[in-house]
Amino acid sequence: MEKELRTEEPRLMKGNEALAEAAIRANIDAYFGYPITPQSEVIEYLMREVPNRKDKKTVVLQAESEVASINMVYGAAGAGARVMTSSSSPGISLMQEGISYIASAQLPCLIVNVVRGGPGLGTIQPSQGDYFQATKGGGHGDYHLIVLAPASVQEMADFVFDAFRLAEKYRNPAMILADGALGQMMEKVVLPPDGGLPKTPAPWATTGKTKDRNHNIITSLFIQPEEMEKVNLQLQKKYEDMQSEVRWEEFQTDDAEVLLVAFGLSARICQKVVDLAREKGIKVGLLRPITLYPFPYKRIAELSEKVEFILDVEMNAGQMVEDVRLAVEGKVPVYFKGRMGGMISTPEEILHEVESILEKQNVLHD
Amino acid sequence: MNEKLLLEDGTELEQVFCRPDTLTDVPYHYCPGCGHSVVHNVLMEVVDELDIQDKTIGVAPVGCSVFAYHYMNIDMQEAAHGRASAVATGIKRVLPDKLVFSYQGDGDLAAIGTAETIHTVNRGENILIVFINNGIYGMTGGQMAPTTLPGMVTSTSPYGRDVHMAGYPLKITELIAQLPGAYYVTRQSVHNPNAVRKLKKAVTKAFEYQMQNKGTCFIEVVSNCPSGWKMTPVETIKYLEEVMFPYYPLGDLKVPKE
Ligand SMILES: Cc1ncc(C[n+]2csc(CCOP(=O)(O)OP(=O)(O)O)c2C)c(N)n1
Ligand code: SF4
Repeated sequence: MEKELRTEEPRLMKGNEALAEAAIRANIDAYFGYPITPQSEVIEYLMREVPNRKDKKTVVLQAESEVASINMVYGAAGAGARVMTSSSSPGISLMQEGISYIASAQLPCLIVNVVRGGPGLGTIQPSQGDYFQATKGGGHGDYHLIVLAPASVQEMADFVFDAFRLAEKYRNPAMILADGALGQMMEKVVLPPDGGLPKTPAPWATTGKTKDRNHNIITSLFIQPEEMEKVNLQLQKKYEDMQSEVRWEEFQTDDAEVLLVAFGLSARICQKVVDLAREKGIKVGLLRPITLYPFPYKRIAELSEKVEFILDVEMNAGQMVEDVRLAVEGKVPVYFKGRMGGMISTPEEILHEVESILEKQNVLHD
Repeated sequence: MNEKLLLEDGTELEQVFCRPDTLTDVPYHYCPGCGHSVVHNVLMEVVDELDIQDKTIGVAPVGCSVFAYHYMNIDMQEAAHGRASAVATGIKRVLPDKLVFSYQGDGDLAAIGTAETIHTVNRGENILIVFINNGIYGMTGGQMAPTTLPGMVTSTSPYGRDVHMAGYPLKITELIAQLPGAYYVTRQSVHNPNAVRKLKKAVTKAFEYQMQNKGTCFIEVVSNCPSGWKMTPVETIKYLEEVMFPYYPLGDLKVPKE
């Protein structure tokens, strides 16, 4: 995706705040949200900062619930505004109704999920337990979000621009899926330039019917089955087109005999594992999906031809590993290493897992 | 309007009345005698008379009037069940110069959407909420609504609404009138021409208040549902007058002080 020219000095910021600042710089027209740990700094930052920006007319509203927030997002997006909301796992569950409607009505918007441990009220500690919900629809019906998974505070900021670009290009809701740690940790960040994201025209929006056009209708109701099927097929075609936007990053995969696959914070940890393993002479590489939807099936399939096995690492009970297995189609073994409840695997734990799998495989080879 | 029509025999007729441009040419799907169509007409006539078609954005509910956007020739958004006032909030906040209204039934507004409704009014969102209270869920086949009267037979209260089991009819409009964000709250009906004229006045006032940024205007229309009530349209008028109006008395609940 396009990168803007950056002239500013780096700053030290929390992930949530970097994201909120990037949203201001992306010239969002509105933010609607409801507080929940570990992402409340997003609305707090916007409430504090927006009134100080004289040139910004951004609406920032604390709604009475996540249900209301997402429906305000729907209304504003339908009216042609660049709009976002943010929440964390239980709040995103409440938004699922609205997200399904937004996907069906084909409205662009940004939904940020700073994931905490679940199910239920769970814990406020970081988790990647919402992967299924984010990538497989989440609400009712056949739909997908564009899902971006940052792995640093820098990307918490950058992906706001990327997410809006993609959402507006495809008229589809986009989600930034970050675990709680990324929201809370402080890192160096070079912010994207203010106003660096041009507005996309929205001739379909409800801005008041003028004499020169028919009335615009935003709806997700297609009561005739023929009509509904047509919309479903159109959506599926859009998801197919979106596959060209797939993004991933690779570390030392050229000569890798073992491939780690991990996203977000887990991928950050796995980078360390690659270094530790190579110090010990084990050729480990890492593939990190950046877009979780669309998913880099093809690239993982290619790499699986060259490695002995794959270890998928997540902060959940094993969710993305299902997509990895789909990509690999049984060509090599795919193992899973995960922790839950806000617990995070250490690089040493993961390396140990790699070594014990290698040992087992060698026994089999002998 | 005012087009000349030439008949075959050479007579020239001047057209003095026609369907306003604010209504589309799509026939209503409503059951015969249903109040929804009358309220639609009233709303669009006011939009026509105030010449605000290009400024008005409507939000349709889930319920029998789910297709309101097919009939009203203005920009409209369809909302999830109960969420219309949140959707309207989103629109109004980003387009504060436009006139925004939601159109909702009692199931939509007073059951699933109670929270959104109360908080929208409490924020004093500068919108108009039109609330059609027919005491029943029309669309889904005549189930009990929060506004169903005690003893009233519906498909989910087949022996009549038992208040000990199902609670009391919710006078949501009285509740709304308490909120400081509510600027103008009134209860109207469309059961006869005089009532229709009064509703039209109320709608006109509400749009004018919105132009002056006064806060939320809330208009309840006590209406009928011949199909859900299992009555003829004429019987529903009698039922309205004898049973519904005593419980939901018509008139203003909150009027601006000036
Ligand atoms: C989330 C959700 N729950 C339930 C329904 C089913 N449903 C559709 S319309 C309706 C009731 C509508 O009644 P009301 O708002 O009184 O409007 P009316 O049809 O009487 O005009 C219900 C329960 C739905 N569409 N969505
Ligand atoms: S079911 Fe009732 S509310 Fe619905 S259109 Fe028929 S009469 Fe009107």
